[in-house]
Amino acid sequence: MVAFPRIRNFFGKLFGKKRSRVGIYGPPNAGKTTLANRIVRDVTGEAVGPVSEIPHETRRARRKEGVEINSGSTKLLIDIVDTPGVTTKIDYHEFMEYGMEQDEAIARAREATEGVAEAMHWLREDIDGVIYVLDSTQDPFMHVNIMMVGIIEARKLPVIIVANKIDLPDAAPQRIKSAFPQHPVVEISGLEGHNMDELYAKISEVFR
Amino acid sequence: MIQGVQIDMLSAERLSKMTSYEKIRLILDDVRQGSVVVLEKGLTPEEQGKLLETTMMEINPGTFSGIEIETYPSSGSDKGFITKLFGKKSNVPRLMVIGPVDQLKMLSREKDRLIAWASAAQ
Repeated sequence: MVAFPRIRNFFGKLFGKKRSRVGIYGPPNAGKTTLANRIVRDVTGEAVGPVSEIPHETRRARRKEGVEINSGSTKLLIDIVDTPGVTTKIDYHEFMEYGMEQDEAIARAREATEGVAEAMHWLREDIDGVIYVLDSTQDPFMHVNIMMVGIIEARKLPVIIVANKIDLPDAAPQRIKSAFPQHPVVEISGLEGHNMDELYAKISEVFR
Repeated sequence: MIQGVQIDMLSAERLSKMTSYEKIRLILDDVRQGSVVVLEKGLTPEEQGKLLETTMMEINPGTFSGIEIETYPSSGSDKGFITKLFGKKSNVPRLMVIGPVDQLKMLSREKDRLIAWASAAQ
């Protein structure tokens, strides 16, 4: 199974490669949709989906096809897949703390659980590379991050770790570099657009 | 009657005789009954992915909110046999603790030490 991506790459190069599907993964509220919107807006002027401070705003994987990443003289055409935040727990009471009524919070929790399962299904079946987004103000050693990077490594998928939200005063992207020294880490602010050129250069290099 | 939390400690030997599905089913059945499960040898990344997916399918608002899962963080200075041989970090899972999210809270995680707090079911 693990040889399949290599074989596909070989034949892809031989007969005209299909576009890579790059999944944007990470825990809830890391800024995945903000980053997806930033990348797609830079290219097409459109957005992928709405963002919110309430966790699990994205509860379905959304794909944007044919996004052309330009970095210097290099061009790369990819599909961007924005995925729901991955977690091992979803408690509807958390949504009520943001002012939601109980029924609405329970419905959101049900959709969120389906969304996480869907994100894992995409990772197992349909993703060729991963941008793993972390909030630089949070502990990167949370088990869900270690687990997800372990799954990505086991599948031998190319990965870029994004240390997001570096515009915030308590951002500590160095902790993310310490946590994942085996992978490229790019420090950005998806919201402010800081350092996006470096990310595009890394995307062109890693997902080629 | 003693109030408390049941802790189910599974040896590496017992785990090695179980299929992935059996491990996941045992973990989730125990956790849903309020037990904390300690695996001497943790799940592989693939098994962890399956556990996560299965957990999501079994979450039921109001009765089961999911799991807390923790293991020692992998270390960049891992110098095990596989590291020395291939120059890469080993994917061999280490001890793993899994419990109901509303009863098990991880207080701190260090390279070789996990500190958790467990409470009896409400």
